[in-house]
Amino acid sequence: MLATSPNFPQNARRAMADASLQKAMARTRPMFPARRAAAVAALPEFEALRETGKQIKDHTLANLDFYLETFAANVERAGGQVHWCSDADEARAAVLKICQDAGARTVTKGKSMISEELGINKHLEAHGIAPVETDLGEYILQLRDEPPSHIIAPAFHLNREDWEASFRKAHTDLPADRVFHERRDILTEARTRLREKFLAADVGITGANFLIAETGSSVIVTNEGNGDLTQTLPRVHIALASIEKVVPTLEDCTSLLRLLARSATGQDFSVYTTFSTGPRRAADLDGPAEYHVVMLDNGRSAMIGTAFQDMLRCIRCAACLNHCPVYGTVGGHSYGWVYSGPMGSVLTPGLIGVDQAGHLPNASTFCGKCESVCPVKIPLPKMMRHWREREFERHLSPATTRAGLRLWGWFAQRPQAYRLLTRLMARTLGKLGRKKGRFSSLPFAASWTEGRDLPAPEGDTFFTRYAREQRAGRV
Amino acid sequence: MSKDAILGAIRRGLRRGPLPYDQDLALRVRLERHPRHPIPARSKVARPAQIALFQRNVEKEFGTVLRVADAAAVPAAVARYLAAQNLPSALAIAPHPELQAMPWGEHPLIALREGRAQASDAVSLQHGYAGIAETGTLMLPSAAERPTTLNILSETEIVVLRASRIVGAYEEAWDLLRAELAAPAGGMLPRNVMLVTGPSRSADIESVLELGAHGPRRLHIILIEDDPAALG
Repeated sequence: MLATSPNFPQNARRAMADASLQKAMARTRPMFPARRAAAVAALPEFEALRETGKQIKDHTLANLDFYLETFAANVERAGGQVHWCSDADEARAAVLKICQDAGARTVTKGKSMISEELGINKHLEAHGIAPVETDLGEYILQLRDEPPSHIIAPAFHLNREDWEASFRKAHTDLPADRVFHERRDILTEARTRLREKFLAADVGITGANFLIAETGSSVIVTNEGNGDLTQTLPRVHIALASIEKVVPTLEDCTSLLRLLARSATGQDFSVYTTFSTGPRRAADLDGPAEYHVVMLDNGRSAMIGTAFQDMLRCIRCAACLNHCPVYGTVGGHSYGWVYSGPMGSVLTPGLIGVDQAGHLPNASTFCGKCESVCPVKIPLPKMMRHWREREFERHLSPATTRAGLRLWGWFAQRPQAYRLLTRLMARTLGKLGRKKGRFSSLPFAASWTEGRDLPAPEGDTFFTRYAREQRAGRV
Repeated sequence: MSKDAILGAIRRGLRRGPLPYDQDLALRVRLERHPRHPIPARSKVARPAQIALFQRNVEKEFGTVLRVADAAAVPAAVARYLAAQNLPSALAIAPHPELQAMPWGEHPLIALREGRAQASDAVSLQHGYAGIAETGTLMLPSAAERPTTLNILSETEIVVLRASRIVGAYEEAWDLLRAELAAPAGGMLPRNVMLVTGPSRSADIESVLELGAHGPRRLHIILIEDDPAALG
């Protein structure tokens, strides 16, 4: 997938002016946090489970080589194959070869963010194989040729009228004047249409929420059941997974599953949680004859042992997106690559480079909400700060930013000068702004005041006031 | 080889080579013992309360539960459900001995076809392996007598479950599965193990929940009260 992350400022500006997007965001934004809060409130052990989840992932990452080898050995023991792929090119080639060997003409797909990393749909199409997205949200995005804007609710940015228009345009064999009375009618049309695709497909491609080393299983979690139809009906099943998806045992996976749905959609458990182990057995009446796991690295192994290793704990629940004021304002497409929101702001520079994605870790208010809802306690704000430091060290930030930071740094290292300057500024600005109480424009800060007002200082600096209160014995 | 490259990069990041023998052994022991993590207290209750919790959670997730006294009462319960829901009386049914032993002959209007589901099947009847009270979840492992397609292809799925097969937490269901199905297969899990919690749904259109996305629109569980300790 081609990144437009370098254009984040322009993307964000466009998104904020997009009335249709803002309408969709305004409707959906409050829903996820409310649902999560209710699910968490109903499970007293939730906070303790977050610590358990973190420890499971930390243990796995500290022994990732062992668990990946064990996983692969157990897949093979069950009659499946693991295809190790260092980068997207290798993974695309592996998927294409499996499809070609199977003589595939059509491929059904369950929801997979890895497949977005690979841009697998375009690759298959270029080789004469038709991929069909089967998750309802992904299906409409395929019709509209758009990327997902949210890692678990891909059509987060669309309104009902968008759905109706896209279906009318794509399903031309149906009466053009048909009426969609309810959302259910849209759903039913998709169900009918996709049913034919499920039955015709030669290969089914799914993602994997987890891989289990102990059993060699891939796990998918869905509500629609599309993932299960995708991996059960065709003759060949390919599970796309990245290396950090592995966990040691069924018990480890179970503890993480208790966190996943509650953090994601606010359900206690998703409707379908399915463990696949190898191809169909001799006596089975259904299931795929071939089972492949495409195991992708794509930059992740390089994060191990660095300040960004903790990011590999992520279980892709999207709680950080759902609670982020920045994501909630600019939407997922602004981030310009596969992953968005706080987790995207940390992961994307790691996978495609901070030179490409340097804007993303800067697009944060550091309110800390993301870390507080993360089911595996990833210190997202801290890691965004690390990226900002790297960006600065590598001279990637604009000259004015760097000059400003250098100036500030000079004062920050000289407390006397710093206090003198801030006292001067607080007094001047306090006097100038006494009448209005705020400034709607300031010299040298036009781009800052363009979007908001600066409240006028009350005349004192924090230090002055603190010293005064201390003398009075109040602090 | 990409495998070596990936494992090598991981080890470089971890600042070590392949694990020394004792650490490797310790991890193998952990896999062997697969220790449990803390389990939420909600399902640690007396048997009758556990069954009630299962039922309440199924209903919360838009499934339905009907309790019957014994296995012999299942065909009549199926017939009544089909009539009440205005469904056709043709069923794809799992070729499981427990289901085969039921008195279907007393209901000649129900047409059974044993085997996997076909796309044209409106209703399927599945054998429930275990129920998990914690979230009202069914465990449905694939087997010749429990085809996976019965869980996902039809619009209505009926699952017959014995109350004695309801456990509190997922971990207890894994224990059953390991002992009964994996151990005889040399430790290998069945090809497919589905954990099903309610009927299929989607909230992809404007974040509003609609039932019946791609899998069954209805999930009906017929619960056989075969557990004397559970009769509360």
